[in-house]
Amino acid sequence: MVAAAAREIRDGELVFVGMRLPMIAFALAKRTHAPGATGLFENGIIRETPASTLLYTMGDPPNLFKATFCGDMISVMSLLQQGRVNVGFLGAAEVDRFGNLNTTWGRRNGQPVRLPGSGGASDIACLAQRTVVILAHDPQRLLARVGHITSPGNGSGAGWRRAQGLPERSGPSAIITTMGVLRFGEDGEAFLTSIHPGIRVEEVLGNTGWPLRVADDLTVTPEPSESELVAIREIDPSHFWTKT
Amino acid sequence: MTAAAPSKLVSMRQAIAEHVPSGSSVLMGAELEQMIPFSAGHEIIRQGRRNLTLVGPISDILFDQMIGAGCVSRVMAAWVGNASAGVGYCFRRAVEHAIPTAIETVDYTNFTLAMALHAAALGVPFLPTYAALGSDLIKSNANLSEFASPVSDDRLIAVRALRPDVAIVPVQRADAFGNSHLWGNLGVAIDGARASRKVIVVAEEIVSPDVISSDPNRTLIPGFLVAAVVHEPWGSHPSPVQGYHGRDHAFFAKYHEESRKQEDFERWLKHWILDVPSRTEYMAKLGNSRIADLRVREHAFTAPADFGF
Repeated sequence: MVAAAAREIRDGELVFVGMRLPMIAFALAKRTHAPGATGLFENGIIRETPASTLLYTMGDPPNLFKATFCGDMISVMSLLQQGRVNVGFLGAAEVDRFGNLNTTWGRRNGQPVRLPGSGGASDIACLAQRTVVILAHDPQRLLARVGHITSPGNGSGAGWRRAQGLPERSGPSAIITTMGVLRFGEDGEAFLTSIHPGIRVEEVLGNTGWPLRVADDLTVTPEPSESELVAIREIDPSHFWTKT
Repeated sequence: MTAAAPSKLVSMRQAIAEHVPSGSSVLMGAELEQMIPFSAGHEIIRQGRRNLTLVGPISDILFDQMIGAGCVSRVMAAWVGNASAGVGYCFRRAVEHAIPTAIETVDYTNFTLAMALHAAALGVPFLPTYAALGSDLIKSNANLSEFASPVSDDRLIAVRALRPDVAIVPVQRADAFGNSHLWGNLGVAIDGARASRKVIVVAEEIVSPDVISSDPNRTLIPGFLVAAVVHEPWGSHPSPVQGYHGRDHAFFAKYHEESRKQEDFERWLKHWILDVPSRTEYMAKLGNSRIADLRVREHAFTAPADFGF
């Protein structure tokens, strides 16, 4: 999952890096195919080089050491609002068929559960050119409709984002799960484009909370390469973030 | 600065007693995951403050502790939880079950909260942004409202200016008058200090005014904005302070386990806050070996900048 996520970053891009797994995906991309990518962190950090040790939060001292820039939140968020940021990476509790994310109000056994909230996720989902979501593939997480849109994807379908006033060049690009990769059609709905090695399509469909469409040219996600595996082990030697 | 300027140095106990009454709105966690004013929050808990409004983008576990201790009636934030371990259980208990008290949440995104403080720092009633368009946040947060741009065809969100009663801002070093040097990721600290009616600075080190004026670019909070200066090394533990100490990841993980149930949280609260008169005793509880482990192992000083003429 992390390797697939990292491949969404192209060399030379400006990348807005969210908390948790996105930090690993960015570090991996930097060490492998995208050494020229620049990382932007909402706390005010811009980095050209990956941090030398595992990050538990983006404010950990190794993420400031040898950074290119340390400043305030508005100096990095303004780059996002200008439309300069190519891709933003997010984790989420729930995502729906149109790529809308909920990290505010979940449900467990029918009872509402208060989640931590947006953080910078909604800002990234609104303003990055492409948004990539990383989450575990589970029917409780991939829903037909989220109960609360914290971070907007394609809303209720094609044309919705523009109708809200969101920038033309923005929106969800991919959902990377523990089972595969989903991308978005012209109608704004997610469909399955790739399954991870060893996963069957039926498993993916059975674990998705809506009738998921499958691409005609469905592929198998390439296995992580040896260099990717080495890099992941270097970045997260204790498997704190990369448990699966 | 004149030689006659009065020192603003006070103890944490005095600073909280004088500047953070019950019912205040308090900005904390302005530097996000770095430099969270835990010792100030703990003193607020010990002094039994009630009905506080907490303001901050990402508060990590400090807001969770203050909510669990019953100090809070409202939270204006983008994210409340435990940055490395997940949810904040006290926050959940308060929102879902009014334990120990009910709290109102005013949900922001990081950028819109930064804009709210920036507007107050600029002295204007609101600022426009494209952020939060299409998000359900704008349905519940009355401080975010859609409007039509007067100069283009765009729809935008007007973010209402937010002026906290007091900002509590940890800094690496300050002089006795509150002129403060801070570095690292700054989050919303500069705007937060300018937006707030009062500022309490919590400094790792107190230095002479000559040190401050040797590097004026690093003076991010001018002393005339500051009401009180507290000299409290390690006041941000378990969050990190660049150049001083690291993040105590294990402390966050353990808090996550020990706050899962209300009765366990109450034990945690007693052990780490209520039974601890001040930061000195807290540090003793933490123990020398743990403190040694968190100290900076290898210093990395910046290249000097020449202010000569």
